[in-house]
Amino acid sequence: MTLFDVVSIVVSVLLLVIGFIAINSKKLIKGVIFLSALSMLSVVAFVLLKAPDVGLTEAVIGSGLVTSLFIFTLLSVKKEEVK
Amino acid sequence: MKNLLAFLLTIGLGVLIIFSLSSNTLFPAFGSVDVSDRVSNSYIDKNVLDPANTETIIFGETTDPESGAANIVTSIVVDYRSFDTLGEVTVLFISALGVALLLGSAPKQKRLALNFKPNFMLRVGSRALFGIILMTGVYVTLHGHLTPGGGFPGGAMIASSILLLYLADDQFRAKIKGFKTLESIAGSLYVILGLLGLVVGTYFLQNFLPNGTVGDLLSSGIIPIVYILIGLKVGSEISGVIDNFLTEEETI
Repeated sequence: MTLFDVVSIVVSVLLLVIGFIAINSKKLIKGVIFLSALSMLSVVAFVLLKAPDVGLTEAVIGSGLVTSLFIFTLLSVKKEEVK
Repeated sequence: MKNLLAFLLTIGLGVLIIFSLSSNTLFPAFGSVDVSDRVSNSYIDKNVLDPANTETIIFGETTDPESGAANIVTSIVVDYRSFDTLGEVTVLFISALGVALLLGSAPKQKRLALNFKPNFMLRVGSRALFGIILMTGVYVTLHGHLTPGGGFPGGAMIASSILLLYLADDQFRAKIKGFKTLESIAGSLYVILGLLGLVVGTYFLQNFLPNGTVGDLLSSGIIPIVYILIGLKVGSEISGVIDNFLTEEETI
């Protein structure tokens, strides 16, 4: 087993785990942050799969702009009392 | 009368397209070409137009290949399939237009208030980081034909540097009118460049400039120009979208 295999297995397992946490987290903001971490890890996966172009775009769009968009939307939404 | 004119115009356009395609020798009949043996390998070997040319492309040595970009993805995206990229830019433009129509229609806008007061260190540090991110975006855009990346990621990086200023400074407001002007100028110049290829050469968005040596910064014809235009357009467009999201109507 080469180093490449080990790294790819670790990255794929981490991707699955982080994706699961992102879906299952109770607070929305936590889910958004884990989504950002998922994007960051998928950048590593893209570079391992020899697609640096896609990785660069994913790093900027997925973990930068989309995350900030979600966070700003969450900050703008007013909290209402649930009766 | 108007409907009849439109109908006749549509029929005329359809007849024109069908006749121009059916009598074109460059456009073989349906089913007469095995697509699988002419697509990807030719893009990698850069002999799409001239399949007999089997010269190996060497970085830094080969002069005037068919497509001058050292990055294969760029040579496909901005040279062989530049028309698709024009469509992609149009899709982004339409989505930015939709956001602007929904969120930016009020005459008076004020920016979203942050619920903390940014201190001096945060403001100065973000200004310093802003320059670094902006220069990285410009670098990625300029070297789109040599390294991975190009106009789209570079433009998004430029926009994210604007976003950083919005996040770290509660007084900052981008001059959105300038962005709009820049965006329209860059988009129009892309189409004009394509029409120039039609005039100078034979088809829309043709690479009419000399290709130069593979791997030089000033090489591969119109690809760097197109990528700079795309970078400017995408950067100003996404900055406009960010500004629309982070401002709200002034409530009286």
